[in-house]
Amino acid sequence: MSDAAPQTVTSPRENRLFAAAKRLGTSVLPFVVVILVWQFASLFFPRFLFPSLIDVFWRCIDIFSSGAMFADVLATILRILAGLAGAFVIGGGLALLMVRSRAVDNFMSPILTLFQGIPALSWVVFAIIWFHGVEFRIFFIMVMTTLPAFTFQVLGALRAMSKDLMEMVFSFRPTRAKLFRVMIAPAILPDILTAWKVNLGNASRVVVVAELVGATGGVGYQLLQQQQLFDMAGALAWTLQLVFFVLIVQGALTLIENTAFRYRAVSERAI
Amino acid sequence: MRDTVTPLAAAIHLEHVSKVFGKAGTDSAYRAVDGLDLDVRPGQMLALLGKTGCGKSTIFNMIAGLTEPSSGTVRVSGRDPFREFDSFRGKMAIVFQSDRLLPWRTAIQNVELGLEMLEVPAAERREKAQLWLTKLGLGGHENDYPHALSGGMRQRVSIARAFATNANILLCDEPFSALDESTAGRLRAEFVRLVKENGKTAVFITHSISEALEIGDRIVVLKRPAKIAYDVSFDADTGREERELIRSRIGGVLAE
Ligand SMILES: Nc1ncnc2c1ncn2[C@@H]1O[C@H](COP(=O)(O)OP(=O)(O)OP(=O)(O)O)[C@@H](O)[C@H]1O
Ligand SMILES: [Mg+2]
Repeated sequence: MSDAAPQTVTSPRENRLFAAAKRLGTSVLPFVVVILVWQFASLFFPRFLFPSLIDVFWRCIDIFSSGAMFADVLATILRILAGLAGAFVIGGGLALLMVRSRAVDNFMSPILTLFQGIPALSWVVFAIIWFHGVEFRIFFIMVMTTLPAFTFQVLGALRAMSKDLMEMVFSFRPTRAKLFRVMIAPAILPDILTAWKVNLGNASRVVVVAELVGATGGVGYQLLQQQQLFDMAGALAWTLQLVFFVLIVQGALTLIENTAFRYRAVSERAI
Repeated sequence: MRDTVTPLAAAIHLEHVSKVFGKAGTDSAYRAVDGLDLDVRPGQMLALLGKTGCGKSTIFNMIAGLTEPSSGTVRVSGRDPFREFDSFRGKMAIVFQSDRLLPWRTAIQNVELGLEMLEVPAAERREKAQLWLTKLGLGGHENDYPHALSGGMRQRVSIARAFATNANILLCDEPFSALDESTAGRLRAEFVRLVKENGKTAVFITHSISEALEIGDRIVVLKRPAKIAYDVSFDADTGREERELIRSRIGGVLAE
């Protein structure tokens, strides 16, 4: 029996706090570096090239606190989400048809590949020529630009499902709905979440281009205004709104992944 | 002594069944099962022996309705298991050669799978699954995910999953091969009791002649590509000497 506890051992609570601080530190470090480099550049260049981030910060606060400007941000976010949801539903349906029928696959794959080669700006031109309503034009552009990736990703996930597990579930004679619920959905969910993460980034870059179809609000419209005013701080502040949005949603998706996929075995040896 | 029953009376009836993998007639075509005739009477316990790769699992998949025979007829209780697939819901249970547990479900949720397909209410489902897990010595591991179970434990979960549905026809592909001898012995006895008491029909693949003699009341030995090389029926009255004779005959056929 020793009466003095060893000095080096910390309580589990402290350990956990330290680990949490370290995790936080490593996740913000890259942003801190980018900010410092920019701020350093702002000391040597004129304001319209590299404005001080303090200006940008105040512009962000302006956007948050003004109802009208924040509505622009929300409008753009809704456009992103609506486009992604549309592309996901259509792409998921197409992918299901493509795994079930070789003919559909042979027909759709080249078309989707062709779509993948069309620039977002071309879809903007087509949308303006073909359609009238601004919101529908934007929705169309968002869907067309993200559809091929979504379809191919869901298709890949469906193809990668284990044939052995599938046959095991089949041996119990499931109804179509049950097969989907107990086997297909949980099997492809990890890939679906990854697809959403990837497409979210793509969509947030495309949406500002899509908003050039004549939108009178939204982040794309505001960016155009800043360009005419030659206002770099404003342009940055508006850009940051989309960046924040993507970061928040990505974080939420990661959180879902971490809790929903606990069943996965993790090797103690890294790749 | 060959068993002969009329096709309609048989629980499982295979007639001139062949299975060719790959395109028939091409170089890549492989004949895994060749003109197999086999009838299993209701209530019979058939042990299927044969060298690795002789087509045993392929026969199972055809009986289970998971693969279609290239030619010939397969009937289970008088119906085509491939064409009339859904009509066998709850009537057939399969223990696969590998455990095939759903990785995203805990042990007990995996056992509940078959009962879910039968629309068994949740509380009853849980109770039955729990009962089977306990029977197989997995009490305390109900909420473990498959990756946290040992190979033998996973195999036992898959046995529980098949038996929980209380199906009348059991197809077991080397169910006890991943277990130590004492556990396997206990489960074999339990298996025989279950099948006999409830009048189930069982086809049981094994690589062990002793296991076949212990479990079966009939043994069929296959040679590649799946054709019957030896077929023998016996019962509890069959004496030790006769059993030893059967054992050495089987050994001889397998060694050919
Ligand atoms: N899907 C498939 N495609 C092509 N060939 C196959 C397929 N499934 C099985 N085979 C071939 O059929 C033969 C029989 O396979 P099967 O799995 O039925 O053997 P088995 O008797 O169960 O062997 P084991 O005792 O090792 O499990 C093997 O030679 C295998 O190569
Ligand atoms: Mg096999």
